[in-house]
Amino acid sequence: MDYLLQPWPWYVSGAAIALVMTILLLLDKNFGVSGNLRTICSICGAGKKASFFQFDWKSQKWNLWVLVGAIIGGYLAANFMSDNQIPDINPVVIEQLQQDYGFASAGSSYLPAEIFDWENARSLKPFLILAFGGFLVGFGARYAGGCTSGHAISGLSDLQLPSLIAVIGFFLGGLIMVHLLFPLIF
Amino acid sequence: MRTLGYIFAGLLLGITMFKSEAASWFRIFEMFQFKAFHMYGIIGTAVVLGVIIVQLIKRRHIKSVSGKNIEFQPKNMSIPRYLIGGIIFGLGWGLAGACPGPMFTLVGAGFPSLIIVILFAVIGTFIYGLIKDKLPH
Repeated sequence: MDYLLQPWPWYVSGAAIALVMTILLLLDKNFGVSGNLRTICSICGAGKKASFFQFDWKSQKWNLWVLVGAIIGGYLAANFMSDNQIPDINPVVIEQLQQDYGFASAGSSYLPAEIFDWENARSLKPFLILAFGGFLVGFGARYAGGCTSGHAISGLSDLQLPSLIAVIGFFLGGLIMVHLLFPLIF
Repeated sequence: MRTLGYIFAGLLLGITMFKSEAASWFRIFEMFQFKAFHMYGIIGTAVVLGVIIVQLIKRRHIKSVSGKNIEFQPKNMSIPRYLIGGIIFGLGWGLAGACPGPMFTLVGAGFPSLIIVILFAVIGTFIYGLIKDKLPH
């Protein structure tokens, strides 16, 4: 039990993700979280504006239940399965974040407090970072036809070349952001 | 019964995202800096096991719980769609430090600021739907 309360090692985590995919396959479904964002658009009436959102969203209700589970899972993990879990990131990265980008919370919190703490998230710059980041994820995931779960896990597991191209894109985008744009943003 | 199965899969996903720290902005930053094996280990393990599981399902014709064949839909080939879409997604992944699963997990974990990220991810999806036909696919 103690083992479960510690941060999970990568091999346990990777196996658990493969298990999530397997459970959904056995229930006749495909693992992919970002499809829910399209479903949410449809539920909100986006079908009146674009045919892309005119589909039988009730057939996607199952995926919303996966989301409900993911939210409850986050709650249980943070409140009952860990004692203030702090990622043990590379000290070089901690120093870089503290000195170059002014993230004093690096190495002492789960998320950078400078952006994600509710008090900070309401001021302009952190808000724009959260909003713009979210926008790009939502737009890009639908453009690419899936996100990390749909392409990097489901697609690569089925040896789909389109998914490999998408995953290469994910990494290119992340590298451009972190190496080229971060020095301009922070 | 099936609904419970979906919730259980999500529950396992949420707990895993938080406990593995894949939901931590810091881990994503560290991954793009190539300064730790952690995230590569998670994705690598999931994909290697995933490939084995999918091959087993295909070769042994393993059926789903409803007794149907498990279908895998091949994706239509396109380079611009996956590459450009992927890069845009990656820019957001690097900035917000969260992909869609962890966004929801973090709300449950007690970070309401992720609601801003989710709201704008929905808006991004909506804008894509509006201009989809004008984009190279």
